[in-house]
Amino acid sequence: MTRFIERHPAWALILLIAIAVMLWLILAVWPPGLEEAIGRKRVFLNAVFNGITLGSLYFLVASGFTLIFGLMRNVNLAHGSLYLFGGYVGYAISTWTGSWVLGFIIAFLGVALVGIVLQIAVFRRMEGEDLRQTMVTIGLSIVFADLMLWVFGGDFYQIQTPNWLVGPVELPLVTAVKSSGEAVYLRYPMVRLVIFVAAVVIGIVMWLALNRTRVGMMVRAGVDDRDMLAATGVPIQLVFVVVFALGAGLAGIAGVVGGTFQSLSPGEDTRFLLASLVVVIVGGMGSIPGAALGAVIIGLAEQLGSVYIPTYAIVVTFLIMVLVLALRPQGLLARR
Amino acid sequence: MSLVQGAHQTSQPRESRATLLAWPEFNQPAVWLVAAILLIMPFIASGFFLIEIFATTLILGTIALSLMFLAGYGGMVSLMQLTVAGFAAYMVAVFGMSANTNISLGWPWWLATPMALVLATIFGTLGGTLAVRTEGIYTIMITLAIGAAFYYFTNQNWPIFGGHTGINTIATPKFWGVDWRSDIPFYYVTLGVAAFCYFAVQYVSRAPFGLALQGVRDNPRRMAALGFNVNAHRVAAYAFASFIAALGGVLQVWNYRQISPGSVSVGACIDILIIAVVGGIARPVGPFIGAFIFVILRTFALDLLVKFGLDGNRFRLLIGLGFLAIVFWSSDGVIGLWERWRRRAVTPEKRGGYGHG
Repeated sequence: MTRFIERHPAWALILLIAIAVMLWLILAVWPPGLEEAIGRKRVFLNAVFNGITLGSLYFLVASGFTLIFGLMRNVNLAHGSLYLFGGYVGYAISTWTGSWVLGFIIAFLGVALVGIVLQIAVFRRMEGEDLRQTMVTIGLSIVFADLMLWVFGGDFYQIQTPNWLVGPVELPLVTAVKSSGEAVYLRYPMVRLVIFVAAVVIGIVMWLALNRTRVGMMVRAGVDDRDMLAATGVPIQLVFVVVFALGAGLAGIAGVVGGTFQSLSPGEDTRFLLASLVVVIVGGMGSIPGAALGAVIIGLAEQLGSVYIPTYAIVVTFLIMVLVLALRPQGLLARR
Repeated sequence: MSLVQGAHQTSQPRESRATLLAWPEFNQPAVWLVAAILLIMPFIASGFFLIEIFATTLILGTIALSLMFLAGYGGMVSLMQLTVAGFAAYMVAVFGMSANTNISLGWPWWLATPMALVLATIFGTLGGTLAVRTEGIYTIMITLAIGAAFYYFTNQNWPIFGGHTGINTIATPKFWGVDWRSDIPFYYVTLGVAAFCYFAVQYVSRAPFGLALQGVRDNPRRMAALGFNVNAHRVAAYAFASFIAALGGVLQVWNYRQISPGSVSVGACIDILIIAVVGGIARPVGPFIGAFIFVILRTFALDLLVKFGLDGNRFRLLIGLGFLAIVFWSSDGVIGLWERWRRRAVTPEKRGGYGHG
């Protein structure tokens, strides 16, 4: 942090001001002039919270994508299909057994299994051939999409939210002050807050696993120099399989989460593939903190954009990507 | 035609030899045969086959040709070529005449079409400028992101792109007393444009620029050390490919007379990659072969699958499996399979006789 401030004082200042403005917008009671200019504070706060929860969903999808890419140089364009597959599995299990948690666990295991099979049966055969691997993932995404359309049809599905997560919760954030002087607090769906907390927990666990365990050490070494790691006698194929399974499993549980607070339908696979592409391009390819930062930025941009400039919302997301590519082509938090 | 060529050869052997060196495919009878069949196609095929199969093949082949140029000679696999084509199609609809009078500006076709071509070329070049910021495998990710963003943008945007219903009943050119969208003239228009693009790509690939581009593909650092501006070559390749894709897009919008976000969806972008890869990205003829296979499959898969007692809607499954098979077993597509088969058939001595040209 201090090194960043020393090296880029101007950027650090701009960032600091932006964060301060954001905090003020969230915490302070808006003066009437501001409310007239950009609308009610409740709308703004809702957009910010939706953006952050959407960002945490994007983080779940994109962290698997970036992990697989970072270690194996495999641009897995079937990642969106894994997301959708996880969602469908979660839906099927949770409607069958009535247990959301069981659906969540089985979606993780099932999609991780698909990932293991893919890595062993397909990608191991073409190691080091980036382009061919990517082409294969494109072919797989087409096949998966059609198979899922075959089984589940074109309908919308929504996974039943577990009872203990239903309903809004009052947050200690003032949205407005009534004329009587009574403060109105923000009410926000419980399930979205839980998703946010869960994403943070998963992110921290992943960070700990990568930075504090032996396997994590191997993975980090592999991201830096795969050949050298193999030369030191590490069973690199096993590491690959574990990472692919983990990345795919993360996409699977993201599917369950996405199916709970949004919906599942054909086409969602493309949407989340695009989201993870943009997130890792913005955040830096192969970097977990980068995925987290990129996911929050993209989630916020998407939600704030769709509230304030509805017909051009996607352009905002896209402009962020362009800006990052122009200023820092390797991504915001990439090391190279 | 071949007679004229023969006479030419006897009178001016030196010059003709140079032409033959530059255009080796003119030396093969099979090429002349295919050209002749394509020219007299309207007398063989009925309206349905002429437009739905052959004109569509030529249009998709032209768009895939732009991808082949980038991937084969530039080493850049761009998934946004259909997006550039779609952009050109949208611009034809926006500047020209259509049923959506609140969007279309109502310009005559001879003004709207060049405008669309120029804007789409600029759009593709800007996209290329972004894509060359990073290298190799990242190109796919960035161009796919551009394509997907454009798709969602056209879906959201009502003032210019007409939202998810798109723009309908787009006017097609009529002049010199000919309706250029009626079957036979339209076929010749697509054939002319496709041939122009094919020969343009062939020519550029042998021109100094194309050779430098292939050098950049094989060893960018060495080319940079030799004093070539690597990024400028790549961006110029994007500009050239965008122009070809834009031509394909204009033809496509004239063909269907409507444009909607479905035409620029991510699936459609990937179809172009499939067409180019299945046909073979090593040579300009590949995309057209790939497009022909794709269109035949798309048109007849339903009947075929139903005949075998399967669900007719599984066309995309078939395409996906076929694509996987090609990627697994032949890196340069159907052409690669064909050449491997021929190499096995032709004995080495006979093969030696070819290369002279």
